[in-house]
Amino acid sequence: MFTIVRREELVPSSVILHEIEAPRIARKAKPGQFVILKATETGERIPLTMADTDADAGTVTVIFMVVGKSTSLFATLYEGDAYSDLIGPLGRPTDIEKVGHVVCVGGGTGIAVLHPIARAMKKAGNRVTTILGARNVDFMILKEKMNALSDTFIPMSDDGSTGRQGFVTDALKEILITDKPDLVVAIGPVPMMKAVSELTRTDGIHTLVSLNPVMVDGTGMCGGCRVTVGDQTKFACVDGPEFDGHKVDFDGLSQRLQAYRKVETEAMEDHRCRMEAQARKIEQA
Amino acid sequence: MQETKKTTKERHPMPEQPPELRRHNFLEVPLGYTEEMARAEASRCIQCKTPQCVLGCPVAVPIPAYIKAIAEGRFAEGIRAIWEKNALPAVCGRVCPQEIQCEGRCILGKKGSPVAIGHLERFLADWERANGDGSLPAKEAPTGKKVAVVGSGPAGLTVAGDLVLKGHDVTIFEAFHKPGGVLVYGIPEFRLPKAIVEAEVKTLEQLGVTIACNTVVGRAVDVSELLEEGFDAVFVGVGAGLPRFMNIPGENLIGVYSANEYLTRANLMKAYDPLYDTPMVPGRNVVVVGGGNVAMDAARTALRMGAESSKIVYRRSREEMPARVEEAHHAEEEGVEFLLLSSPLHFDGSSDGRLTSVTCERMTLGEPDTSGRRRPVPLEGSEFTMDCDLAIIAVGSGANPLLTSSEPSIRLNRWGNIEADPENGKTFMRGVWAGGDIVTGAATVILAMGAGRKAADSIHDYLTRGW
Repeated sequence: MFTIVRREELVPSSVILHEIEAPRIARKAKPGQFVILKATETGERIPLTMADTDADAGTVTVIFMVVGKSTSLFATLYEGDAYSDLIGPLGRPTDIEKVGHVVCVGGGTGIAVLHPIARAMKKAGNRVTTILGARNVDFMILKEKMNALSDTFIPMSDDGSTGRQGFVTDALKEILITDKPDLVVAIGPVPMMKAVSELTRTDGIHTLVSLNPVMVDGTGMCGGCRVTVGDQTKFACVDGPEFDGHKVDFDGLSQRLQAYRKVETEAMEDHRCRMEAQARKIEQA
Repeated sequence: MQETKKTTKERHPMPEQPPELRRHNFLEVPLGYTEEMARAEASRCIQCKTPQCVLGCPVAVPIPAYIKAIAEGRFAEGIRAIWEKNALPAVCGRVCPQEIQCEGRCILGKKGSPVAIGHLERFLADWERANGDGSLPAKEAPTGKKVAVVGSGPAGLTVAGDLVLKGHDVTIFEAFHKPGGVLVYGIPEFRLPKAIVEAEVKTLEQLGVTIACNTVVGRAVDVSELLEEGFDAVFVGVGAGLPRFMNIPGENLIGVYSANEYLTRANLMKAYDPLYDTPMVPGRNVVVVGGGNVAMDAARTALRMGAESSKIVYRRSREEMPARVEEAHHAEEEGVEFLLLSSPLHFDGSSDGRLTSVTCERMTLGEPDTSGRRRPVPLEGSEFTMDCDLAIIAVGSGANPLLTSSEPSIRLNRWGNIEADPENGKTFMRGVWAGGDIVTGAATVILAMGAGRKAADSIHDYLTRGW
């Protein structure tokens, strides 16, 4: 069992942070790596990239958005509750080197994944520009932390409620002209990573993206997470999750992410009905 | 005695669930012998002076001894005789290919059917689980030596069982959340109920073996770190868990699975049970590519998941099929169709990326290749297309590099398998042994157990006498 020592709702009922006791993983984990979590005996295995690790405290931190049945179930776990299974660190760590000017682009909960990478890039002596995108001010997680570690910090929001109104690509376009990066790291929804990669392709700026395909074991034994990278089939769990954004088949990834959409929706509906029924029972009692 | 003599030629068949019933459930297909059936079958054994059957068993189980015990109704003694050589009899009795091992050597097989050695082994293990007093084999005094076993499949479980009995302190590290390796993620419930694997693993734990699940050696901890942490020896039995794909167009469409993924979702994650959260694409027209036991397991699982048709596509003919005759027969009885001498060329899908059909070509058999089997040769212009919304690729698996790439001193061959001495399992890294599929490539449960046995003996020698 893996006990939750801290729980925070970064966005009420939507984006949740769990700091979980896992000393062995905390000791070995590096930026860019992920864990697989399973809440209960009957639960499914869900991959989440670590937002932080604390080797001294022996904890790992994950941040997730409530999007389906499993993440809803995760969200019902509070301090002192435990995940039945936590496996990691998995995947290849990010190559952290001093390259010069690194632009870190994060969107949605991808910001959580970007956080340890941006921090390591800064620590390695890079000049870090961070562009964060969110639908509104409430959804821009880790804003202060990302601001603190960046040389230049550019928040963007769809509705202009924080930073500038617009997409992360609007800000990136300007930087590509005024302050050419040596490396771009883009982590967020697939369309965002695709758009960033398209932008940097013309100038040939090396662009890393972190992919989030469907996974089961996370150790390379099933191939469920396979993605096409430069005409080769790669297993994101062992060959990635980071790849060269200029070589990734984002459309193929988007399609495969839809594999279980119908059953996922049904599972979520079913879960919601049960929860509501339970709530009614409690109210009546 | 009179009666048994009349029936010596043919074995007593094991009752089975009828095909039309079992193709809709995940319950075990063979139902097991009753005590009467077991005693009658055991009485067929002629108790050879130099039993060939034992030579055919990779772990040399004292077969005539336990069969005599069954014939005489001394079941508790029988199971204890097996345990001296085999910690997993309920598993082996079910999944060993006995026809090419113990039973293949049985003298009665020359003029009739061989003694049902596997069925009888299974009977004793099941009898013990139902009626036993829970008494465990005797352990030797603690040696103070610590052994790490990486992987909890058949090889690792055998090593752990052998060494704990010899007084060593054994910890198994398993990447999955449940121990058993292929016994829990690969072989389906209807061939090997998971409760049986759990019971056999539990026996090991009662003997004192520690099982650390959720621990990916190679990521969470390296082999060399285990040695530094105070383990005196490490056994690597991580299997051959890297699925092969065919690299043909359309293989990444939704609905195309590796057999590993399909079976892991079904068996380990129990996708067939609505109480469990892991989903699976429900196939209506299922095509399984390959001709081994894994292909049979996948095709039969698909039927149980509600498929209307489940087809095996295999590029050679029935004779070359590597699956056990019994498994292919069971599959056929349940309605799995065999498309022999056929091979897929490409998969095609809808605009949203979902599999809709597979196009294959017919083959003919040419000259024997390096494996000694006749090489399939495509027949020009023989293409045909079938509707298909679920395809499962079961064309074999290779060595997973996750552990081995993290430890370069463990030397590998050109297929990525660990180089280990076939006699004792020693690798090129001091203090590290390996055995099972990670050394031989995908093989059988009992061969992995045999390799585990040899490695355990060698580790014991090392721990008591030095390298």
